[in-house]
Amino acid sequence: MTLTEKILARAAGKARVAAGDNIWVNADVLMTHDVCGPGTIGVFHREFGRQAKVWDPSRVVIIPDHYIFTADSKSNRNVDILREFVREQQIPYFYDVIDDPNGSWKFDPSQGLLNRQYGSQYAGVCHTALPQKGHTRPGEILFGTDSHTCMAGAFNQFATGIGNTDAGFVMGTGKLLIKVPETMRFRLEGKLQPGVMAKDIILHIIGEIGFDGATYRAMQFDGSGVSTLSMDDRMTIANMAIEAGGKNGIFPFDARTAEYVESRTRLNGTKSTYEPVEVDADQTTIGEWVIDLDRLEPVVACHPDPGNRKQAKELGHVKLDRAYIGSCTGGKTSDFVEFARVIRGRRVVIDTFGVPATPEIVHDLRRTRWGGRTVWDILLDAGVQMTENAGCAACLGGPVDTFGRMNTPMKCISATNRNFPGRMGHKESQVFLASPATVAASALAGKIADPREYLSN
Amino acid sequence: MDSKFTGRVYVVRDNIDTDQIIPAQFLNLVPTIDEEYEKLGSYAMYGLPDSLYPVRFIADGAMDTEYSILLAGRNFGCGSSREHAPIALGAAQTQCVVAEGFARIFFRNCVATGEVYPVECLNRLCDIFSTGDIATVDIDQNTITHVASGKVYDLKPLGEVRPVVDAGGIFAYARQTGMIPKAV
Repeated sequence: MTLTEKILARAAGKARVAAGDNIWVNADVLMTHDVCGPGTIGVFHREFGRQAKVWDPSRVVIIPDHYIFTADSKSNRNVDILREFVREQQIPYFYDVIDDPNGSWKFDPSQGLLNRQYGSQYAGVCHTALPQKGHTRPGEILFGTDSHTCMAGAFNQFATGIGNTDAGFVMGTGKLLIKVPETMRFRLEGKLQPGVMAKDIILHIIGEIGFDGATYRAMQFDGSGVSTLSMDDRMTIANMAIEAGGKNGIFPFDARTAEYVESRTRLNGTKSTYEPVEVDADQTTIGEWVIDLDRLEPVVACHPDPGNRKQAKELGHVKLDRAYIGSCTGGKTSDFVEFARVIRGRRVVIDTFGVPATPEIVHDLRRTRWGGRTVWDILLDAGVQMTENAGCAACLGGPVDTFGRMNTPMKCISATNRNFPGRMGHKESQVFLASPATVAASALAGKIADPREYLSN
Repeated sequence: MDSKFTGRVYVVRDNIDTDQIIPAQFLNLVPTIDEEYEKLGSYAMYGLPDSLYPVRFIADGAMDTEYSILLAGRNFGCGSSREHAPIALGAAQTQCVVAEGFARIFFRNCVATGEVYPVECLNRLCDIFSTGDIATVDIDQNTITHVASGKVYDLKPLGEVRPVVDAGGIFAYARQTGMIPKAV
């Protein structure tokens, strides 16, 4: 069996499953956030009754992160709906924006968008916060009300996005009926060259198979090259399985996975036992793609879809209005460090926005020093507008007062994961997806640029 | 839901993602709150660029669409897992989406909610039909008919998800099959 089939078989209590089987599986964790949580809670109450209890409060993780730093009153209210539900259900893992469990959230626009407006429990973007807070474990099943839930596949687990109705069902029963996906195998071999990042691997793959090339399928990333990739790298890759239509992305388990998961579960006091799955020699896949990491170059997914791949070096004619680094896939500490490597000692020539995915990453960037300056200061020195208000921000547009949102038709190069029309705001705007290094080089050039031009000296 | 219906067709192309079906700025609306459900419907397909789609799916100031059949190319509903997407279409009185292909989560959300029928077609119908044409969709016979020309095109059977749709969504189906207790 493939990695995905092994996990699904175990969760269904079966010795074997095969692609195409419809099976009921037990969920290990259900995650929801402020955009889909209130609707999921509404479905749960409607279907199971006003007095119903969730199947296991310790397995429901609630992470407000999408529309937090906005004066939009409905968005603020939605965080309060989550808090009320957490109180009613006694859910231990709620990463609230404020510290007062009986309070209500109201963003104060008079303080501006840059300075921190959250309390001590806030965790930032759900997909990045889940592993940081010790909720991702090998061999487990994670359902989340967000398409990028597949990011947790980096940790050798089955993780996929579901809608409110399915999530309401899981909330009440701990189970879900799913179809076992066929597996596409991507064998990563070799090692990335300087200036080429994990983002380039996944954009390359989506370019190869197309924006719907993995629809209804699992994307399994294995091969000897995986050992050269950090957990951050694997997260970037698994995160974007959905951009090829994939049901999930999954990596094998190794010492790096173990180290990350063990330190994070210990730090946060979450469940620390787990049972990984290993790659079988006799697995049945529907195809194998070999990716030679040494030969990859920086690429860009051009407007209007994530599969519209071109080489960065061939796009020097594309003039840009804006650059953006942030999101679950592109706003991690290592993403900002690689961005800083390109931009250090130089100045951006277009509006450039930086949004760390989580408060912990804000802390890392303020603490990590490089030649006497912190990474945060290096970015500020270069003219990047950095906000402490970690969250999804303009990656998905959001309310009109969202930091970095495109409110007029413009062209933006972005380290985020999706670029369909209107994704970052105005519906006539254009988004070009690239690695943090390529975004940095392009911010310096004012047009799409290959980061290797800035790394040679 | 009726399994046979006639109505006006609205035609879109490939890769219509959830941001075009319901833009992110409207996700502050909660679908299980009645008045916000209705409001979501009024924004259905609001994210289609005006330059590509000068005829709007929902007329200015209207709450519902005049087009009960949405006809699309490949990969309809790609992008986010937001259930607001099929809900916005259903709330706007869309009865079905006929597409060459669907993104997985959108398809699943249609089935789980029972808001709209997601039906796959075998031909590239978005090149054959035009917005405003009248069509008849027959879910039992797996056909769509272009009423003016009388031409009939095959649709793929809903197959294994049909019982879930017919039951009225995942909850009704689970109650019918004994996975969860019948009464709340």
